[in-house]
Amino acid sequence: MAAIAPADEAGIIEAVRAARAAGTALEIEGGGSKQGFGRPVQAASTLSLARHRGVTLYRPGELVIRALAGTPTAEVERALDEAGQMLPFEPPDLARLLGNGEAVSTIGGLVATNLSGPARIARGALRDSLIGVRFVDGAGEVVRSGGRVMKNVTGLDLVKLQAGAHGTMGVLTEVTFKVLPKAEATRTLVLRGLGADAAGAAMRAAMATPFEVTAAAWLPAAVAGRSCVDAIAAAGTDVTLLRLEHFRSFLDRRAEALVDALDQPSQALVLDDEASRALWAEVRDVDLLAAPADRAIWRLSTTPSEGPALLDRLAGELDAVGFLDWSGGLLWLAVEATADAAAARIRALRGEAGGHATLVRAPAAVRAAADVFEPEAAPLIALNQRLKNGIDPNRVLNPGRMYAGV
Amino acid sequence: MRMPEPNAAHIARREAILGDLRRLCAGPEAVIDSEDQLRAYETDGLSAYRQVPLAVVLPRTTEEVAAVMRYCRDAGLPVLGRGAGTSLAGGAMPTADGVVVGLMKMREVLDLDFENRTATVQAGVTNIAVTQACEHEGFFYAPDPSSQLACSMGGNVANNSGGAHCLKYGVTTNNLLGVKLVTIDGDIVEIGGKHLDAAGLDLLGLICGSEGQLGIVTEVTVRILKAPEGARPLLLGFASNEQAGACVDAIINSGIIPVALEFMDKPAIHAVEAFVQAGYPLDVEAVLIIEVEGSEDEISALLERIAAIARAFEPTFSRISRDAREAAAIWLGRKAAFGAVGRISPDYICIDGTIPTSKLPETLARIRELSDAYGFQIANIFHAGDGNLHPLVLYNANAPGDLQRAEQCAADILKLCVDMDGCLSGEHGIGIEKRDLMGYQFEAHELELQKRVKAAFDGHGLLNVGKVFPLDEPAEAA
Repeated sequence: MAAIAPADEAGIIEAVRAARAAGTALEIEGGGSKQGFGRPVQAASTLSLARHRGVTLYRPGELVIRALAGTPTAEVERALDEAGQMLPFEPPDLARLLGNGEAVSTIGGLVATNLSGPARIARGALRDSLIGVRFVDGAGEVVRSGGRVMKNVTGLDLVKLQAGAHGTMGVLTEVTFKVLPKAEATRTLVLRGLGADAAGAAMRAAMATPFEVTAAAWLPAAVAGRSCVDAIAAAGTDVTLLRLEHFRSFLDRRAEALVDALDQPSQALVLDDEASRALWAEVRDVDLLAAPADRAIWRLSTTPSEGPALLDRLAGELDAVGFLDWSGGLLWLAVEATADAAAARIRALRGEAGGHATLVRAPAAVRAAADVFEPEAAPLIALNQRLKNGIDPNRVLNPGRMYAGV
Repeated sequence: MRMPEPNAAHIARREAILGDLRRLCAGPEAVIDSEDQLRAYETDGLSAYRQVPLAVVLPRTTEEVAAVMRYCRDAGLPVLGRGAGTSLAGGAMPTADGVVVGLMKMREVLDLDFENRTATVQAGVTNIAVTQACEHEGFFYAPDPSSQLACSMGGNVANNSGGAHCLKYGVTTNNLLGVKLVTIDGDIVEIGGKHLDAAGLDLLGLICGSEGQLGIVTEVTVRILKAPEGARPLLLGFASNEQAGACVDAIINSGIIPVALEFMDKPAIHAVEAFVQAGYPLDVEAVLIIEVEGSEDEISALLERIAAIARAFEPTFSRISRDAREAAAIWLGRKAAFGAVGRISPDYICIDGTIPTSKLPETLARIRELSDAYGFQIANIFHAGDGNLHPLVLYNANAPGDLQRAEQCAADILKLCVDMDGCLSGEHGIGIEKRDLMGYQFEAHELELQKRVKAAFDGHGLLNVGKVFPLDEPAEAA
């Protein structure tokens, strides 16, 4: 497959127009860190954004940063870090999980997949921080939506439409985020020995306090044992993790008040800044399920109250191992990668729990056959098709990445 | 205000249409047909523009909304979804040949889920009613537009409503988890739900703020939050707008995100003091209201830290509220501001642009030039933390030509916002008011793409016609 890597937007426009004229499709790629996520695309060429990079605007006092789509996420985070700021949604890097080793996560790829880390429950998803985009539509025209201000209802919100569209609604060329100050200090409370059900109740109770818990996850003993943080790996039991972030001088009181509110029989273990950061990074990047590499990985979004029982049910029925993030509302699950990687059974077992399931890692043949993304109701399928018709009528951009024909 | 030519055939068939609508919505008083009662629906908060609609239906169920939508599609009738009618940009002004679907009889709170921290309500439930429904458990719904006592949740979704606390809690789209949407085809689709991220393409994000262009929302699921332990503001006065603007920058740079950061300039301060005597200083050019949340000790620590940061900008006035009563006194002035301006001027236009916060002083200087050039007094009240400006252009509607000139002045201020790398609307929407300025913000092909996105939902161009997009031929159905 041919590869095109333009150094500027004009080159990207040219590539899209040429593909359209030739009646061929383009597979759009950032740094390749999430290669293998989504349905396989049948394309004549790869359009790489990797050379279209650089932070183009950063105003810490305005809480806004803008970068070309191919900018490595790490470069954006470095710039923010120097001013004591961060991307609010704690972006995951799935390169290791997806077996893409040293491939670089780009800011555009992140937007295209709308991936958010543990902080999503407190600070919103990627799409909530995304305030502006520039993209090239299927006709090779540059379109702007949103801007650099956080309150904006000027016309239809195509910014949100781009987030999580996996490149099927345009080639992102530049993205703008609202950012936040980094908290001065982080502390993680570790509750030991709670099963999924009790952990779920504790996490929901923690989120219903005014102490601003910024992450809540549960790792069963088998998963906790894989942690790089000694205290977690050595716990020898299920662990429930609750994170507090704020000015250092506020944290003692908040941690104490939170423990009081939860009324747990055993004493909570407390992790300091460094251990907290390492632990939440491996939760965020799903490192804990990366091995063995031949297992398929699912990501399920449901209500926090349904998550624990759902995980128990799936683990029991499918010989699966997994953990809970987002105070129980996000399940990560490793299953056998045979046939449809249990797609049909997972969606059937979910029953009344609602939400949706996404197959994040599986061999290409499985992803071509199974519904990688949750199948949608008939009116929405038709609507997706009409949206594609409006934005990319010739099916040039990542056709079929999410849904057949889109 | 130019609107599309009404379809005379629809108007001629009015009696038959009313009969059909009565069959589709059978409840008592579900169809409004008398001239007197229709008049209540002729305008919204942009009351200079009025149009009595062909008919108004007030459905009680989503199924009735779906039946009306299907009927209107088949009959080619324009449809306008309407909540409480508090929108400020004319987005809820009807057409003479169209049907208004009023949602205000759908006002049930359907589900309060404290475990999952969500509330599901029908579209006609007011914004404040969501907080009232959950506050006994210590929860609240964060977006708080100033019309929150009256405005409906369906309308909040349509306008992506904001409020004074967006800096910390975001606008409607950041607090919205799901909707039940009725399409023009009469399909009832559920988008999102109680889970945190909706499946598939982000249609929820697209619908939020679409001003009724894509469908009618009948149910809304939002995130509710545990109320903070406490909140108190600090009031600062400055000798110049520049110093106040620089102070906003410095506070944000310090790593503190206040829950509210409000700015008022001298004309606004004087109007407020004359009205409610909130104790604001009269000898300053600008005041900032800065509110933080936390425990009592945390609040004190944060406010002291902010006061220390502010010292570099030489505030000539500083008052830290010490209790709920003093906090209320500081907020009293801000909350009374629009009413106070209404008292000194018979009429005013409330503008709603957004600019990058670093351009605050420059923008205010340019607004002052426009004020001098047009000869209108302009009071500035805005959400400084997020750059959302609400300049009020004071005019007299009884003076010949004043309305037109005031509108021209408002348009110039909005263009200024775009020139500053901001946008035409922060939270009021485009409606008819800013429709003809869209070409100033967007290239023609960008607007065409937005219209094609609309056409994917509304292929025949029947939903809220004549709004948001400059008038011309409708886009082809995709």
